[in-house]
Amino acid sequence: MSIYVILEGVISFFLIAGGAFIFIGSLGMTHLRDFYMRLHGPTKATTMGIGCILTASMLYFGIIDSYPVIQEMLIALFLFITAPVSAHLLAKTGLHQQLRRVEKTRGEPAELRDEEVGKKPVPHHSDAGHD
Amino acid sequence: MLDIALKISLALVLVAIVLNTYRLSVGPDMPDRILALDTMYVNSIALIVLMGLWLNTKTYFEAALLIAMLGFISTVAVCKYLLRGDIIE
Repeated sequence: MSIYVILEGVISFFLIAGGAFIFIGSLGMTHLRDFYMRLHGPTKATTMGIGCILTASMLYFGIIDSYPVIQEMLIALFLFITAPVSAHLLAKTGLHQQLRRVEKTRGEPAELRDEEVGKKPVPHHSDAGHD
Repeated sequence: MLDIALKISLALVLVAIVLNTYRLSVGPDMPDRILALDTMYVNSIALIVLMGLWLNTKTYFEAALLIAMLGFISTVAVCKYLLRGDIIE
């Protein structure tokens, strides 16, 4: 069995895995029920999928031209740096707009807490030891 | 084998872009739409890379790099506008 057959199998595996991860990420973004859940799909699964597809392309053109390609490495580096930053900004925007959530979404950040007028403010966790 | 894998992957990415379009059109709030656009540009980068594999050319990868940069900048700009009411303070 030639080495090229094995490499073709590896490239095919990376292609199908990347397509499946991208599809699962978009499916999660479509079918989950509130914004804080929907944020999980694209930020993790889609980044993994685009990494797999870029790896497949890198392998293919590296074998065809027999020298390493730069553009895919640049795209992968840039996407892996910017995906968490944009996810963080989107989460901050959702908390700022106080989007509604379902009961199962856990956690109680200060932006979403009900504030009752006339009561003492809820103490923050970091200054609980002072009083 | 590579042809069949390429076709399956293209079909999956196309269905993913259709799902993103659904969320972009019906998304109940503004951050949902920004998230759909963000996912859509990542998926379009995948589509361009797969098209480069299909046509056996490396011409379109610079376009993919440009889409990556401009998509990130536009996401940050719209998020800052929704957060602060202003882009550059």
